[in-house]
Amino acid sequence: MFPGLTATQRLLPRLPRLLQRRRVTAEAEKGPALEKAVSAFRCVCGEDGVSLGEAVRQQHGRDESVHRCCPPDVVVFPRCVEEVSALAKICHRYDLPIIPFGTGTGLEGGVSALNGGVCFSLRNMDQVLDLHQEDFDVTVEPGVTRKALNAHLRHTGLWFPVDPGADASLCGMAATSASGTNAVRYGTMRENVLNLEVVLADGTVVHTAGKGRRPRKTSAGYNLTNLFVGSEGTLGIITKTTLRLYGIPEATVSAVCSFPSVQAAVDSTVQVLQAGVPIARIEFLDDVMIDACNRYNSLSYPVTPTLFLEFHGTESSLDEQISTTEEISGANGGSDFQWARDAETRERLWKARHDAWYAALALRPGCKAYSTDVCVPLSRLPQVIVETKEDLIQNKITGPLVGHVGDGNFHCLTVLDPSDSDEVQRVHLFTERLARRALAMDGTCTGEHGVGLGKRALLCEEMGPMTMEVMRSLKHTLDPKNLMNPGKIL
Amino acid sequence: MSGRVLVGVKRVIDYAVKIRVKPDHSGVVTDGVKHSMNPFCEIAVEEAVKLKEKKLIKEVVAVSCGPQQVQETIRTALAMGADRGIHVEVSGKDYDNMGPLQVSKIMAALAKKEEAQLVILGKQAIDDDCNQTGQMTAALLDWPQGTFASEVTLEGDKVKVVREIDGGLETIKINTPAVVTADLRLNTPRYATLPNIMKAKKKKIANVKPADLGVDMASRVEVLRVDEPPQRQAGMKVETVEDLVGKLKEAGRI
Repeated sequence: MFPGLTATQRLLPRLPRLLQRRRVTAEAEKGPALEKAVSAFRCVCGEDGVSLGEAVRQQHGRDESVHRCCPPDVVVFPRCVEEVSALAKICHRYDLPIIPFGTGTGLEGGVSALNGGVCFSLRNMDQVLDLHQEDFDVTVEPGVTRKALNAHLRHTGLWFPVDPGADASLCGMAATSASGTNAVRYGTMRENVLNLEVVLADGTVVHTAGKGRRPRKTSAGYNLTNLFVGSEGTLGIITKTTLRLYGIPEATVSAVCSFPSVQAAVDSTVQVLQAGVPIARIEFLDDVMIDACNRYNSLSYPVTPTLFLEFHGTESSLDEQISTTEEISGANGGSDFQWARDAETRERLWKARHDAWYAALALRPGCKAYSTDVCVPLSRLPQVIVETKEDLIQNKITGPLVGHVGDGNFHCLTVLDPSDSDEVQRVHLFTERLARRALAMDGTCTGEHGVGLGKRALLCEEMGPMTMEVMRSLKHTLDPKNLMNPGKIL
Repeated sequence: MSGRVLVGVKRVIDYAVKIRVKPDHSGVVTDGVKHSMNPFCEIAVEEAVKLKEKKLIKEVVAVSCGPQQVQETIRTALAMGADRGIHVEVSGKDYDNMGPLQVSKIMAALAKKEEAQLVILGKQAIDDDCNQTGQMTAALLDWPQGTFASEVTLEGDKVKVVREIDGGLETIKINTPAVVTADLRLNTPRYATLPNIMKAKKKKIANVKPADLGVDMASRVEVLRVDEPPQRQAGMKVETVEDLVGKLKEAGRI
């Protein structure tokens, strides 16, 4: 109609009103479309497999982050991959957003249904399939949590060591590329997922490394498995994951060592790793964190920067690892090690560390907590932690530090009163400064929690426009209608 | 004292499995269902192995009664540190009807044959929840018993047992030989590691029949029917207190 102008140029002045009208019609259209979809869902999963109840929807619209609850319009409970595929086809036909849900233990608002839609709760798919003991691999469905898998494996001498703290769904852990206290020795989900079964937005079922395949290594084709690991439900629904297992360590010993300063503790960490000690866990807690843990768990660790350590191996290799580590920490002014050798004492020690979140919250009852998650190359760790602590003190923010220093990753558990807008703003600016500090040191804004809702802008800064463009075109290829968990990551 | 400890281990449906009743209501579905060692038996094995590691006893013998599959359960005990196993072969109808009475007769016979100083059992099995085998074994042997043990200490030729009871904790001292049953908080069982699982394959498991021990497997108990617990019915919401009172009256509750 208007030659010489491109389609976009013609539409440009009308765009806001067009968008507005489109949104209104989308809302108005959703009603009848949703109704039709819901009755189609019932044909697939049965009456019990579909819920419109408010409490159920609220439950499935939130995780363990500070992001507010955004409930979906309906929650479905498929029992097998065929049902997941059929449900996805229905959502595709009616343009309904799809949000996969595992255990709801995420920390970045990944399950918030920003535009409503259909939450796929995968908890009924809870089988451990295909365990191959001699090959050290197992395939699990999304309803299997990591503790459930390890309980299932307990008599085989094998275990799955990735331990993010929460008892999360293993497929969910694959979706967020989870990590944890053991990553320094055993790696994160990226290194330990061999194959995935994924349902795409249009219901197509894909096996990222070929159906049933589980070689320990491969160079066949594009690495689709690691494309979906960490995709946070924005590219497809993970319905099976094949995991790499490890032998349960013959002997385990844990220890606590106190240091006179943050620098001393972090320097020790870097030196222990540079010395080649295959340490299993090396966790840093600053003085504020140790104080909070002491109060919460009635402990009496010295209130000073501390390292919690764990060693795995044969009895003789433990002796070697321990003697090297003691030498290094001693040279940095570290205290004598407090040991925990038997299972019960070790569990108590690590419970104190895993309770850090609740211990931080208990510092200021009635407040909420937000955890940062930056990760930097090891050599930059002392600097970033010291600068962060100075920033916290200067801006009067309650922010105990705890972290997997062995990976260069630490969390600042900022405790804030959500009704104090000044504090909220200060914390927000602090987290941005911290993320940018990490990016400036060749690091990442999120080591293990994922991008979710809150770090999308930081992701753009971290990746740069060209890489973001590649990510967007991948998303567009696999999910042109943008139905898969919209509003997350990109 | 012989320094030998007998530990009974039972193969049961794994605690994490959802139990289903057979369509003919004669029992629960066991075919193709994951089985493992009864959790209280794991605690019993762990306690025995700990005693051996402290050099207070010399040998741990794991015993299980049942068909071929119970050898897996005995191997798990061996991987945890037991020295050798005894598989008492019971199968078919005898196995279906086997209960605490038959097992305790077998354990008593073996305890005498092996000259055991201690018999440690789990306090109960998670499939039948009988909580009888330990007590019956002690009675048949006329030995003292320390049941629901949350702490076991060997003191010369006596055993100090701290028992978990309704009112709290009770400490008793009994002579050996004795029977002890393990409660939940006695210890945290170790995981079997791969090297230990490999070593366990080489340890010996002897085969014995109940008849060799002079035990009659006849059961005095007949299971008539097994049902699931009744399904929970949906509740209903009422708007006012008057409605609630009215509904309760209708149901004849007030």
